[in-house]
Amino acid sequence: MKFLSLIFGNLRRKKLRTALTVLSIIVAFVLFGYLGAIRAAFLAGIDVAGADRLITRNKVSLINLMPMAHLAEIERVEGVDMAAHNTWFGGIYQEPSNFFAQIVVEPEALLELFPEYVVSEEDQRRWLATRTGVLIGRGLAERFEWSVGDKVPIMNPLWSQQGGDPNWVFDVAAIYDGAEQGVDTSQMFIRFDFFDEARSGGQGLVGWYTVRIDDPDRAAEVAVAIDQVFANSPDETKTEPEGAFIQGFANQMGNIGFIITSIVGAVFFTILLVAGNTMAYSVRERINELAVLKAVGFTDGGVLGLVLGESLVITVIGGGIGLALAWLMVSAGDPTGGALPVFFIPLRDLLLGVLLIFVLAFIAGIFPARMAQRLQVADALRR
Amino acid sequence: MSETAMAENPQPEDDLLVDVRGVDKVFKRGSETVHVLGGLDLQIPRGEFLALMGPSGSGKSTLLNLVGGLDRPTEGSITVGGQRIDKLSDRKLAGWRANHVGLVFQFYNLMPVLSARRNVELPLLLTKLSAKERRKRAELALEIVGLSHRLGHYPRQMSGGEQQRTGIARAIVTDPTLLLCDEPTGDLDRKSGDEILDLLQALNREQGKTIIMVTHDQLAADRATRTLHLDKGRLVTGMQGQGTG
Repeated sequence: MKFLSLIFGNLRRKKLRTALTVLSIIVAFVLFGYLGAIRAAFLAGIDVAGADRLITRNKVSLINLMPMAHLAEIERVEGVDMAAHNTWFGGIYQEPSNFFAQIVVEPEALLELFPEYVVSEEDQRRWLATRTGVLIGRGLAERFEWSVGDKVPIMNPLWSQQGGDPNWVFDVAAIYDGAEQGVDTSQMFIRFDFFDEARSGGQGLVGWYTVRIDDPDRAAEVAVAIDQVFANSPDETKTEPEGAFIQGFANQMGNIGFIITSIVGAVFFTILLVAGNTMAYSVRERINELAVLKAVGFTDGGVLGLVLGESLVITVIGGGIGLALAWLMVSAGDPTGGALPVFFIPLRDLLLGVLLIFVLAFIAGIFPARMAQRLQVADALRR
Repeated sequence: MSETAMAENPQPEDDLLVDVRGVDKVFKRGSETVHVLGGLDLQIPRGEFLALMGPSGSGKSTLLNLVGGLDRPTEGSITVGGQRIDKLSDRKLAGWRANHVGLVFQFYNLMPVLSARRNVELPLLLTKLSAKERRKRAELALEIVGLSHRLGHYPRQMSGGEQQRTGIARAIVTDPTLLLCDEPTGDLDRKSGDEILDLLQALNREQGKTIIMVTHDQLAADRATRTLHLDKGRLVTGMQGQGTG
C-alpha cells in the first residue's frame, strides 16, 4: 500500500496517455463481457442440458417428422429410463418479429423429464386440466405481459386446424421459472392431445424424442442402440446427447462460439500491444528515476514489482470499469427484443474476465519490468 | 601515489569508516577495455569531509559509486563500517545502501511526480516505519535543510537550490553513516552552491556525517577537511582544506 503513491504518481505523469490506455482496456472488456453474453445466449441450454438426456430425431433432418410409434420401441431399448415426444409448432404471435419457441409436448412427461422447469403444483394441476392450456416461461410472460388466464392467439402457417383455419387460441394455464440461471424461460409448451386432435394433418407424427437414460456414462452406447433399432427403416434416426443437439441447432447460424472468441481474441491481442507499448515507453523515459530508486535501496525485485504494479493498476481500473459497464449494458436486457431470450454474462465469463485482467497486466508489464529490474545503477545514473 | 593518501592520514582502525584496498575497475566498451581505476587504496576516517577532484574521466564518480555500493570493483576490496560490501549479494547490497548511504546528485534526481515530502520519504518506504513516522521524519529532514515551508511543492515548483536541498534531505532522512555527493553544486549558481556547501559543512560538523564529495570546483573543495586528486584512475595528491578544524 505504501508504494501506491509512487505508482499513481507515475501513472499521472502522462495523463492523456494513461487515460487513452485505460479507455482502450475499458472498450476491450466491455466487448468481452457483452459478446460473452451474446455467445451464452446462442448456446443457451447447453450448460443446463441434462447429462442423462438424449435427443432422437429423424436422420435426414430435424424438420422431417417421425412416427409416434417410435416411442414404444425407444423405451424398450436397454438403458432407456423414459422417453417423450416433442413437435415444433412454429406459430406467429401478432407478427414474425415476436418470435419465440412453441413446442408441442406431453405435459406429464415434460414435467418429469425437465426438472429445471419449476412449476407450482397449482399451475401443474391447472395445465393438466386445460386441454387448450399452455405452459409458458417467466421470461415470455414478462415480455408480452401475459398472466394465467389470458388467451393467446397464434397464427400458424405450418399447422392449420381442421377446416384449414391457421389461427389457434391457447389459454395461459401455467408459468414456469428456471431452476438456475441459463434456463430458457422464453418458451411455450402446448399440449399434444389437443394439438394432435385439432391439426388438419400429420396425425401420429412427431418432431423428435427426448430420451432419459439410466446411466449418463453409457450415453454413446445407448444412442447407438436406439439408432440401430430404426436402421434401414423408412424413418432412420440420429440420436445424440441433448447438449450436442442444442449446439448443432445453434451452429446452423455458424460457429458462434468460435466467431466471438476470435473477435475477442483479436481485440485483446491489440490491447496487449497498446498496454505493453504504454508500459515500455513509461519505463524507457524514466530510466534515470528507476536507477535513483535502486540507488536509495530499492532491490531489483522491488523495481520489477513497481513496474508490474503500474501495469496491474492500469488493467484493474480499465478491466474493472469495462466489466462493470458490460454488466450494466447486459442487465438492460436482450438488445434484439426477444431473439436472445437468455441474456446474461455467465459467472464463468466474469471470472475469466478477472483472470484476463491479471494476465494482461502481467504480459504487458513483464518485459518493461524485466528491463527495469536489470538496470545497472551506475550505468543508468550516467544516462 | 595511493600511498600518499594513506601516509597523510594514518587512522586507528576504530576511526576508519571506508577502507578501499587494491581496487581496479575495468569497463568494457565493445571490444575495447577501459581501465578506470588501477590498484587504488584509500582510507577515510569517520567524520571526514573528503573532496575528490580531478579531470573528467579520472575515475572520481566511479570511485564514489564503488564506495556507495552502486557498482562493484573488478579487483580489490571495499570495506565500509567493517562490512566488505564488494562481497554482498545484489539484494543485500541494496539493503546496505538503504541503511548506510545517502546520495546527493548533481542534477538532484528527484521524482517529478512526487512532492518534496514524498521525495524525501522515498528511502523510508523500504523501512517498517508507520506512515505517520515516515511523514514525521521526512518533515524533520526538510526542516533541517530549511525547506519546512515547501513540503507540498513539486520539483518543478522549486528553484535549483531548493531541489538540491530536497535531495540532501532525502539523503539524510535515513540517518546514514556516509553521504556521497556527486558534484552537488555543479548545476547551481554560486549563491545557491554556497548554501548547499554550508549545509554539507554543517551536517559534517554538527551531526558528524562522513561526506565524500566529487567536485570540479576548487572553492567547493576548500570546504572539505581533505582533498584528494585523481588522475587516470590513480590518486595523485592529497591536501588539507579550509574545512579542517
